[in-house]
Amino acid sequence: MKPSNAKIIKDGLWTNNPIFVQVLGICSTLAVTNNVRNTLIMIAGVTFATAFGSFTLSGIKGLLPRKVRMIIQVLVLSFYVILVDIVLRAYAPAISKQLGPYVGLIITNCILMGRAEAFAAANPPWASFIDGIANGLGYGVVLLAIAVVREFLGFGTLLGFRLAGDWFTPWTIMIMAPSAFFLVAMALWGSNSYNARAEARRKAAVAKAAPDRAAK
Amino acid sequence: MHNAPAISPLILFLASILTSNILLSNFLGTCSFISISKDWKSSFGLGLAVTLVIGLCAAISWIVLWFIVMPLGLEYLSFVIFIIVIAAVVQVLEMIIDRFSPALYLSLGIFLPLITVNCAVLGAVLFMQIRSYSFIQAVTFGFGSGAGWWLAIMLLAAIRKRTEGNPVPAGLKGTGITLVTIGFMAMAFLGFSGMIAVQ
Repeated sequence: MKPSNAKIIKDGLWTNNPIFVQVLGICSTLAVTNNVRNTLIMIAGVTFATAFGSFTLSGIKGLLPRKVRMIIQVLVLSFYVILVDIVLRAYAPAISKQLGPYVGLIITNCILMGRAEAFAAANPPWASFIDGIANGLGYGVVLLAIAVVREFLGFGTLLGFRLAGDWFTPWTIMIMAPSAFFLVAMALWGSNSYNARAEARRKAAVAKAAPDRAAK
Repeated sequence: MHNAPAISPLILFLASILTSNILLSNFLGTCSFISISKDWKSSFGLGLAVTLVIGLCAAISWIVLWFIVMPLGLEYLSFVIFIIVIAAVVQVLEMIIDRFSPALYLSLGIFLPLITVNCAVLGAVLFMQIRSYSFIQAVTFGFGSGAGWWLAIMLLAAIRKRTEGNPVPAGLKGTGITLVTIGFMAMAFLGFSGMIAVQ
């Protein structure tokens, strides 16, 4: 069965969101979420590499011998990450320096391999491309929300513009590592509770429509 | 050849375990960290494997970087080269362990393939390149980072064992509460940061 494009996008953004549902890829990108600008750049990098990586891998999936499949997947993905790195170095050297090793670490971001294995290995190139973009964005939205909270509370700024006045005391904890773990946990809590409530509502509706069947 | 930062290897070793723990302050290797830490024994095995692999990869990547990549001007390929080094180290280690200690292979074997895509390994290697460590520094940093990861996963596995039956809000069960726990551990480790400053 071929999934429709709309379903692929909805899956990536919400139903099967890489962070909420699969808990993938939080390794390399959490580190840059104390700054909205860096986060946006990392999201763009991850989305680009996932989309084109899935596209390419889906296109050559018939040619890969099973034994060396993993290593070839990693090599193809790292090719796209190198492109991201070169572009950043050429056009935004200051940011590239700030991000340090984290651009290279997009290669081992579990989302890339995860989508290549879970989706691109069984679907045509175009669907894989859209799936890559949807997953990159689904992941990006969550990270962006975390980055906004961390940068605002940690520095009183957004994208470097000062929003809070002099009265504002920055929360130092927000620019340090622990807050990122706490905020991801909070986001996860919110999405889980929302899903549980939606599920309960759906069950209640079913029970109302057919009381005897739901009782079983 | 290049300017290594002036840090004694011993201090670097301690710093990479405590003050700049690769997991708790750099977020590297979180994926397998969360899923494996449910079980004490697997945590031990994976921690040992990660320590070995990071240490060896840091040493071999250093040699490859300064004797092959740099002289040939292939820096733009360094990501691919590091990945190949890591995959090769993991493969060879797997074969050696299988040959000499089948018992260890049985307990470590399943974790080794996971390590190729563990961000902590590539992360440590990239830090080594960016901070231009000397060979001794690279090796101590590699083993130190691995040991720090090992320490963190053992601590988390122990905490999770103790808190297993605690009442947790439904939405926070599982991964959520684990992330909160890791956050508290990271806060505890922040306490070390005044001790040694290495960046």
